[in-house]
Order: sequence, then structure tokens, then C-alpha cells
Amino acid sequence: MKLKTILMAASVAALAHTAQAEGVKVGMITTLSGGGAGLGIDVRDGFMLAIAQSGSTDIEVVIEDDQRKPDVAVQLADRMIQSDKVDILTGIIWSNLAMAVVPSATAQGKFYLSPNAGPSPLAGAGCHPNYFNVAWQNDNLHEAAGAYSNDAGYSNTFILAPNYPAGQDALTGFKRFFEGALAGEIYTKLGQTDYAAEIAQIRASGADSVFFFLPGGMGISFLKQYADSGVDLPLVGPAFSFDQGILQAVGDAALGVMNTSQWNKDIDNAANAAFVTSFQAEYGRLPSLYASQGFDTANLLLSAMAVADVNDADAFRAALEAANFDSVRGDFAFASNHHPIQDIYVREVIKEGDVYTNRIVATGLTDHSNAYVAECSM
Amino acid sequence: MSLILIIEQTLNGIQFGVMLFLMAAGLTLIFGVMGVINLAHGSLYMIGAFAAAAVAGATGSFLLALAASLVVAAIAGALIELTVMRRLYDRDHLDQVLATFALILIFSEGTRWAFGSFPLFLDIPDALSGPITLPFGVQYPLYRLAIIGIGLVVALGLFALISRTRIGMQIRAGESDREMIGALGVNISVLYTLVFALGAALAGFAGALIGAIQSVQVGMGEPVLILAFVVVVIGGIGSIKGALVGALLVGLTDTLGRFLLPSFFGLFMEPSSAMSVGSSLSSMSIYILMAAVLLFKPTGLYGSA
Repeated sequence: MKLKTILMAASVAALAHTAQAEGVKVGMITTLSGGGAGLGIDVRDGFMLAIAQSGSTDIEVVIEDDQRKPDVAVQLADRMIQSDKVDILTGIIWSNLAMAVVPSATAQGKFYLSPNAGPSPLAGAGCHPNYFNVAWQNDNLHEAAGAYSNDAGYSNTFILAPNYPAGQDALTGFKRFFEGALAGEIYTKLGQTDYAAEIAQIRASGADSVFFFLPGGMGISFLKQYADSGVDLPLVGPAFSFDQGILQAVGDAALGVMNTSQWNKDIDNAANAAFVTSFQAEYGRLPSLYASQGFDTANLLLSAMAVADVNDADAFRAALEAANFDSVRGDFAFASNHHPIQDIYVREVIKEGDVYTNRIVATGLTDHSNAYVAECSM
Repeated sequence: MSLILIIEQTLNGIQFGVMLFLMAAGLTLIFGVMGVINLAHGSLYMIGAFAAAAVAGATGSFLLALAASLVVAAIAGALIELTVMRRLYDRDHLDQVLATFALILIFSEGTRWAFGSFPLFLDIPDALSGPITLPFGVQYPLYRLAIIGIGLVVALGLFALISRTRIGMQIRAGESDREMIGALGVNISVLYTLVFALGAALAGFAGALIGAIQSVQVGMGEPVLILAFVVVVIGGIGSIKGALVGALLVGLTDTLGRFLLPSFFGLFMEPSSAMSVGSSLSSMSIYILMAAVLLFKPTGLYGSA
């Protein structure tokens, strides 16, 4: 699917006196088809909403579907850099795709702003001055889930995640904070749709709770099958396992489940209230955390464009590092390895009218950074 | 490792195998009778699932949804045969692969255009939802048990159809000598359309059954298609019995491998590396099985040379 959105104004004259007369060209590579489509669509919609609201006429966004395939993502990045001549890349959802694209893009002098994937190698030894993650380092939400499991009194947890970089980061992050024992640890296949074999092992394991990280369609399949299996151990997960898209599909089976997130629609600040209202008005559905990340990414970019020219890489990088924008999460700052320092909340799945959604019940980790800051030298 | 876990995993393997059988039966019939490699079989699986999800969404009835999956997939199969496949019987396999690959792209984009990129959901009917308790205290989802039952009934029905009816006789004759049954006055083009529609209906039916426990989305058929080809190769091309045995072997190997191999390596390795070695080996297990079968029986378990 080729979807090209061009927001280029014809009125060049009006821009002649501004600093960035050439405009900024953004290449967005994201997942718009298959079981991961919901995530990419939300990031795209959040991003484009912020661009539209800014009224900015000197930014052009090229959007392409990576189909969750690393080879496709690499081809798209090459084409965007070489023929489309983009200044900035963004959009990748999946960490295995980010690992394939980001190092070569930043080595070619392009900026990469991640609205989602935050694999640990890119936060630690493989960090790069031109790489910024606006969402989280992969381990973050899982660390908060581990801390929550301690508070909830779980002492014997069964953990599972897909076998790809973000899945490994997820279990690492959970284990970093969880103090209890593990009843079992399983890596599933990325994109797996049948979890009968894993659920059987959970049933036999004698665990007192289950922690799982299964984003997108994987989470939907797992939750439906888990509900039907008769295993009734309490579930804990990151927001990725209980995002707005998953909840509508799973319904009652997820009610009351605790999950951890850096964002929720009820975070009380003006930027967030305006974002939730305008997203609903524009797209007719509630925003997910992915949409909030896309929205923040675009606003970070716009805030840097306002004070620096993208062709002056050092000035532009300094403008990005300042993170001088109103994040829908409230307080937001970059750690020295260009990953966020932010609060992470514990949310509960509730039903508002006919709509399943989350509400914040506690703050899990305050001003939380990431474990890889020391490994990054730049 | 308890007996209960092993029984439950065995049931999971059988359920997976039965689902693969529904796919592989159509594939092996089409290949055996017409000599056509139909890569678009996975698209028919997807079409069945989408038809079921659409009808279930409109009427709320799961039985109507299953019926719709059979009918719509059969019609789609018959149309494919009449418009595309018919022109390809005399061409070589490469042309057939190209044409049916094009069909995959057309069906995927067409479905995306009609239903969007978001997955659809088909709910398990209330009567079949939840677990039941089997002997030895095994708890097992009723719906998966029902899939096993339905799959075995379909298998019996197919055996009866092939070995006891006139149509079945013609199909078997078509497999052994295509020209001769034409010469004997059997309307071969009608027979081909029928076989293709039958195979398509089975694939669509499998898609609808599985759609209720997973999600209904564009591209859901292709991973299953690859496994179905493995089943056909193991069972022997053109053999329904081979498809059943092959499907159960693949289903059991995959499911049991996924949980036994990591625990096996756990006996003498540290847990994390046992996990990674075990899971990489288990994803290869069915291909190792296929290679082993081909080593001793190059035409598959029940294939004729």
C-alpha cells in the first residue's frame, strides 16, 4: 500500500523570510498491515494530527508500510534517504526493524526520532547522537510491571514474551525489578497466533500470577484463548498488552487487569486533554498510547524546527535535546542517552459505557530513566 | 512434568493437526487430481474466515457464519478454477505458481480494501465457550475439543466420499489417468471445478473455525499454507489418508517440540540458553521431520511413485 501524504503549501512567498526556507522532509516507516497494523496506524494518526494542528507549512511527510518485515523496512529507508532525500526518519514500531534501520540511517547523518521501539543496544553501547527515543527505553514499562508485582504480593510469576529484541528487553526489565521467583519463562514466536501450548504450561506451572508482553494481534489472541482456557491466575502486563485496540477486541476478559504505562488519557494536563478531545473528533476513536507517542514525536520535531534549521545538525540536535514541547505525559526530559525520563503509571482496565479503556490507579515509578545510561558514551 | 500437562499438550497437537488436515486435504486433492500447485489456497482460508466474521457480525449466529464460510469459499474456489486455473492445466508448474501467487496478492489487497487493515474478531459461541474437565482431571477448552471432533468427522466424510461414491471413483480415476477418464465420457471440466470448490470449501471452513480462537486478518492464510505444503509432502501427494496422518504428525511434532525441547535442554544447560536452543530447534522440528520422512520414503508416507 502506498500512502503518500504531502502537506506542502504552495505559498512559498510567505516562508521566504523564515530560517528554514527549504522545509523539513520526514520519512515515516511504520506498520500499516497485518497483525501489527493497529500500532502503526495509531502512531501515524497521532503524528499527523500534531502536524495538522501546528498549521506548519514547511514540513512534508512521506509514509510507507513496512509490513513488520525487516527487509522491507531497510529497503524503504534506503529509498527515502537516497531518492526522497528525507532529513528525518521516524515511525518504526518493532525493535527488530529498528535494529535493522536505525544504525545505518544515523551513520548517514540522518536524524531518527523513535515513536515506539527502544531496543537496549540503541540505548547502551550502540547509542548515537542523532538517535532520539520519544517513547521509552524498551525495559521501562516492564520494570514498572515488575515493581507492581512486588507491591501486589506476587511471589511466583510465569513470564512470557515474543522472541525478538523487545521481548528480550521486556523479560530483562521485568526481572530487574521483580523480587519473587519465576514459575517459568517462555519466549514465543513473533507474530504467533495460537498460545494453547503456552497456556497449558502456565496451568501446570503452579504460578500465582502471569506477566506477559504480547503487543498488537498477539495480545488479542492470547487474551481470548486465556479467558477460554479456564486458567484464572491474575495477569500483569505492560500497556502494550492492554492498549485501546486490544481492549475493544478482548472485551470483558481484560476487565480489572493491572498494566503499566507512561501515558493514559486521564493524565491531568492541558496538552493531554486537548489531544484526547481532538484525536477523538478527528478519527472517531479513543487514542492509544501509541497515538500519544506519535503525537509527542511530532511536537518534539516541531519544537526543534521552530528554533533551528535541520541542515545545521548540531543546532538541531541541541534543540531536540532541550525537549521544549508540551508533552501529553506532563513532565518530559531526555536522559544523556536520548531516552525519556518520565513517570510510569499503573493502570486498571475499566469499562466506560460501552467502551473498554484504562484509568490510572497509582504512579509506579517516578522520574524513571533507564539502565543503559552509563553504557552510552557520546 | 505431569501427566495432565502431557495430555493437554497432546490434545493441543491433535487440534492443530486436525486444522492443518482441513487445509492439506484440499491442497493434496487439487494437486493429485489436476496436477496444479495452488498457492492461493491460503487466501481461500482467509476468505472463509472473513466471510464467517462478516456473517457473524451481521446475524450473531455462529452456525450461519460457518455455513457462510463453506459457501463463500466454495464459490470463490469455483470462480478461480473457471477463470484462471482452467487455462493453466497444460502449462508448467512455474506458470501455475506465478498465477496463483498473483491471486494471493489480489485477494489480500482486495480484502484489505473491503475490510480494512485492522483484524476482525469472531467470538466462540456461548455453548462451546469455557473449559470442560476430562478424565484424569484434565481441563481443556470445549471449543478446541469441538474442532478435533469436527475435523475427524470431516476426515471420515472425505474417506467415504473418495472410496464409496461415484464422484470419488472419478476423482481417484482422474488421479491415475487424466486422459483416459475423459475418453470414457466423464465430464472432466465439471469434475475439476467440483474438486477445486471442495478443496476451497474445506480451507474456508478451517479459516472460520480457527478465526474464532485467533484473529481474522489479511495474510492469515500464508503461514498455514506453508505448513499445509509440508503436510502434503510428508503424507504423499494426492493421498487423503496421507494428509490426515501427515497433519497429525506435524501438529504433534510442533506442539510437543515447543514445550519438550526446552525442558530437555534444561536438563544439562542453564535455563536461558536451554530456552533459546530449545525454541530455535523446535521451530525447525517439523522440517527435520519432513527431511527424515523424505529420506526413507521419497514419495511421502502414502504417496505412489
